[in-house]
Amino acid sequence: MNARVRSTLEEAVLPPLVALAITLVVGDALILSYGQAPGTVWRLLLDGTWGNAYGIGQVLYKATTLTCTGLAVALSLRAGLFNIGAEGQLAAGGCAAAVMGLMLPAGVPWVIAVPLCVFAAFVAGGVVGAVPGVLRSRFGAHEVIVTIMVNFIVLALLNYVVSAKLHLPETLHTPAIHSGAIARLSGWIPALRGSAVNWTVVVAVLAALAVQWLLFRTRQGFELRATGLQPGAAEYAGVRVPRVWRNALVLSGALAGLGGVNFVLGYKGYYEDGFAGGAGFLGIAVALVGRNHPLGVLLAALFFATLSQGGLAINALVPKQMVEVLQGVVIIAVATAVPEVRRLLRTTLSRASSTPADSAGSTTGSEP
Amino acid sequence: MSLLLFLAQTVRIAVPYLFAAAGGALAERAGIVSLTLEGFMLGGAFGAVIGAHYTNSAWLGVLAGIAAGLMLGGLHAVASIRFRANQVVIGVAINLLAVGVTRFFLQLAFNSSSNSPRVTGFGATSGSTITALLQNPLVWLGVAVMPVMAYVVDRTPFGLRVRAAGEHPEAAASVGVRVERVRYAAVLASGALAALGGVYLALDQHQFTDSMTAGRGFIALAAVIFGRWQPLRAAVACLLFAAAETLQIQLQTVQLIPSQFVAMIPYLLTIIAVAGVVGRSTAPSALGRTDE
Repeated sequence: MNARVRSTLEEAVLPPLVALAITLVVGDALILSYGQAPGTVWRLLLDGTWGNAYGIGQVLYKATTLTCTGLAVALSLRAGLFNIGAEGQLAAGGCAAAVMGLMLPAGVPWVIAVPLCVFAAFVAGGVVGAVPGVLRSRFGAHEVIVTIMVNFIVLALLNYVVSAKLHLPETLHTPAIHSGAIARLSGWIPALRGSAVNWTVVVAVLAALAVQWLLFRTRQGFELRATGLQPGAAEYAGVRVPRVWRNALVLSGALAGLGGVNFVLGYKGYYEDGFAGGAGFLGIAVALVGRNHPLGVLLAALFFATLSQGGLAINALVPKQMVEVLQGVVIIAVATAVPEVRRLLRTTLSRASSTPADSAGSTTGSEP
Repeated sequence: MSLLLFLAQTVRIAVPYLFAAAGGALAERAGIVSLTLEGFMLGGAFGAVIGAHYTNSAWLGVLAGIAAGLMLGGLHAVASIRFRANQVVIGVAINLLAVGVTRFFLQLAFNSSSNSPRVTGFGATSGSTITALLQNPLVWLGVAVMPVMAYVVDRTPFGLRVRAAGEHPEAAASVGVRVERVRYAAVLASGALAALGGVYLALDQHQFTDSMTAGRGFIALAAVIFGRWQPLRAAVACLLFAAAETLQIQLQTVQLIPSQFVAMIPYLLTIIAVAGVVGRSTAPSALGRTDE
């Protein structure tokens, strides 16, 4: 097996396997602590997610948002930066989409209204991402600190906007948008009736393909990855590193903002305070398990969406909070075990073939 | 409202920040990123309520809370130091885990998704805010923790090792400092200290409620950064943030400034501080670097 194939396999196969194994082991323990049979609970989880059309629709709906936030985190990590502000960017995107939908008069044809609302979400997320982006490129402020702090500021600001300016009485959500609603897929596939999956899922897949193309087929993408692997070397090669940092964080924020469309335009038709509900933070898990690779992000989003929808399916037997525990455990397991297993594999293999350490792992510099 | 009452209210709000920021300052000075304070606090609050519920003793509640903090701190330490995992990832994961675990066991132990039954606490339940405050040993501990931490970090051999581990681990190792061991100690201590912040909250409110720390761990982290990683400055930042909150609560009836804007103050100040607009705050130079 040559080094390239092996490193690809390690990259692509190892993290999901570790994630799955740990989910099963820890999940079993939690299920047993609740006095239930693991087999029954896991079967229920699968039946409630991939076992029927409604479940599949719900998983796809949840995976749509997670794909956007996962792409956001993955893109920033490819540039060597850690955007942990996806939660606020997602919420800002959703709010902007709703505001645009409210400003447009009713009856605007969807071909105009939907792109405008989607664009508003994209821009709003990008603006939130620009704060850490500019502070990083101009002042060298650490993006982790800034994105955390901006998160809280944005969420407080949105809470203010909704509670003081825009809400319907007795609620914490805006009135329904006049135009810009995105149709549900159940109009096309009747079996999905009742599930929230909508055409945003297509937008998310297109976004993943676009990020894939950007990262691996364009000069900007090359500069971004070079910066992430070795900013000093990239700078020496003529890359304007601060600009790459800024652009990466802006685009990262915009991708997370795009995710807000799913809930606001595709599901509820209004912005609701707190709708992000942790999907921004889970984006970190999605990027981690998806190895910062757009296609990996798609699969990882499906995995975490399955867990989260599965929690609802098993709630009768085991509290749905079990999946929250599993999400945290999976992140820790992948972050610790994957580098460890890879190190082990590499030492064993290089000892076996007694060749000098090959460069199999040298492309993983941007991994979290 | 009297000045005394204002001060008492400020201290009351500041105590959890002081505990958590003391832990955060120690771990970060040793070079380990402390995004985990929020999770430690939540774990501590839950542990305290479990302990106090089953033993009916506030002090055993405190011990159980510290134990919970040590467990989460141990997880953070092993993942970050032994396995050299990315500390930001681990931090986010531990916070998610703390929310999930406390919710799961809240359901398991008390069959509730929102709160625990009432548990015992410290001090008189009746009487004024000030007497209740003075009778609470955790308040005294909270007020003392930062000066002690400043002394430990700046004036003791252990503190010197902590700073060396955070600024230049290779150099520290070359003169015989066991960097990993120092970091383990710092992270475990930060787990216990931040947990005490959560313990105080839970025993003060006599119950655990879902996600009751509500971002206080991040305010404590903001205080550490705003205080330039120095315990006494961080303590001032904690008091400042708490005073702003107290003021906001007092002004609520007047509706002078929307509460959300007051809530932003710590975060805004921290961003300004790291952007270096007024007196740059610079992190320990080896912060977050265990993966090389």
